[in-house]
Amino acid sequence: MKILVCVSNVPDTTTKVTFTENNTQFNTAGVQFIINPYDELSLTRGLELTEKLGGTVTTITVGLADTEASIRKALAIGATDAVRINAVPTDAYFVAEQIAAYAKAENFDLIFTGRESIDYNGGQVCGLLAEMLGLPSVNVITSIEIDGTTATMERDIDGGKEKVSANLPLVVSAQKELTEPRIPNMRGIMAARTKPLKVVEPTTSELTSAAVGFELPAPKGSVKLISVEEAGSLISILHNEAKII
Amino acid sequence: MNILVFAEQIDGSFKKSAFEAVSYASQIAQAHNGTVTAVVPGNVADDKLAELAKFGANKIVSIKHDNLNGFNAETYAKVICNTASAEGSSIVVISNTYSGKSVAPRVAARLKAGIASGVISMPNTNAGFVVRRSVFSGKAFADVNLTTAVKVLAITPNTFNTLENAQAANIVNTEAGLADADFTTKSVEINRVTGKIPLTEAEIVISGGRGLKGPENWHLVEDLANALGAATACSKPVSDMHWRPHSEHVGQTGITIKPNLYIAIGISGAIQHLAGVSSSKVIVAINKDAEAPFFKAADYGIVGDAFEIMPKIIEAAKAFKAN
Repeated sequence: MKILVCVSNVPDTTTKVTFTENNTQFNTAGVQFIINPYDELSLTRGLELTEKLGGTVTTITVGLADTEASIRKALAIGATDAVRINAVPTDAYFVAEQIAAYAKAENFDLIFTGRESIDYNGGQVCGLLAEMLGLPSVNVITSIEIDGTTATMERDIDGGKEKVSANLPLVVSAQKELTEPRIPNMRGIMAARTKPLKVVEPTTSELTSAAVGFELPAPKGSVKLISVEEAGSLISILHNEAKII
Repeated sequence: MNILVFAEQIDGSFKKSAFEAVSYASQIAQAHNGTVTAVVPGNVADDKLAELAKFGANKIVSIKHDNLNGFNAETYAKVICNTASAEGSSIVVISNTYSGKSVAPRVAARLKAGIASGVISMPNTNAGFVVRRSVFSGKAFADVNLTTAVKVLAITPNTFNTLENAQAANIVNTEAGLADADFTTKSVEINRVTGKIPLTEAEIVISGGRGLKGPENWHLVEDLANALGAATACSKPVSDMHWRPHSEHVGQTGITIKPNLYIAIGISGAIQHLAGVSSSKVIVAINKDAEAPFFKAADYGIVGDAFEIMPKIIEAAKAFKAN
């Protein structure tokens, strides 16, 4: 079983988001970067599957050398080897094209992406990549089991869940609940230092979109406090003043 | 210019999100002298299809096929793109529901189109084709310029109004042109929670945190939700401790919501939680700690013991509902 896990390098969830260059660039000063939480779930589930069925888990990241701390962490958690496409991930389309170009020749049985990256929240790489590779895709999966060449999954749908089956090869995107993330142990951290990390130059790709500016939401006015004794008046305030119910 | 809308049917009917998408496309069409075509994979009766014309669809392409009744990202993308080519569509509008999120990027890749998802504005065509989208899980907005000839816009549900703009119902039945081998994923079973309002569609959300002390106290959340016709949600620690299902977790690594009203009970308001709810129109925070960060993000606040406060609010809500 040959598994590919797409790993995005994202700002830690506690990051206070600010912008520079006249609000055109995300301000990375002092920001701690981590493996995208959904990608971490993908990685762990990939490892669980190969531990049961045999095989390898390769991670792939589109990013410059500064993403290697996250890549090494993925290796420490247990990935067999890693690939870094040496390019700035400008948008999801570009990232998917780069991963597709690499994956085409490798014949992976199963490709994991995260449901979305927690920075740009596009949730597009799973579908883009699958279409570029001509493979089926199932997104926001909360479970996956493999039996021979068939995958059975549960995925979130609006207002419920759907059980889906598909033949491998397949591209999926991980939703919370898929598994619990693994914390690397000392042996893993030591082993990660010598595991293969291949750096690949990007293929040419046409620009399809560009972020032209960012804006922070307007700050809220100050909160209107209601006393505990008058708590019941909240309902009439929401009706008469906020006109929301 | 033709604008194509993917109108998602569920069990032969449309949800509000489909009408929002048609209304959105219709507004673009009005501004640019264009026409709107809605494409509907799956079996839908003509009277239901005609509802799309009410919101501005000039043409409704119905692709009836038993195997298209259930969602399938790959085949849906195929029939949407076939319709886009036949209609010469330069913009494809898709509501960013779970199914929409799954099909939109596939459509983009097939059409070699630039894609923006989580779109919260109409396109601005003064300089290029710029749309605003929510990024960093609601902590910021990005303005994105799509530079391709064909564009895919996946718009955030519950963001745009449905606007009536009645057109004559021009329904065209088209062959799917699909073989069995095209259906590469198979829906085995669907379980929809019945009798409850889905979180992503709710206009009012009542949410509980660790301050409620345990799952046995959730009647305080549920009673208020029932009285107001609201959905229930929770914070990350609550779902991590399995007091409530993961599907109720709102926040940066859970679901991002933007209801009209969000009432947070016993949730401190960590930055990751606020990211997922800060787009709510009105926020009410109830917390015993006056220093809780939620009070800085809230419109209304009550500082005190939830166990003392909630019965009063529930009683008032029931009385309000009765009137």
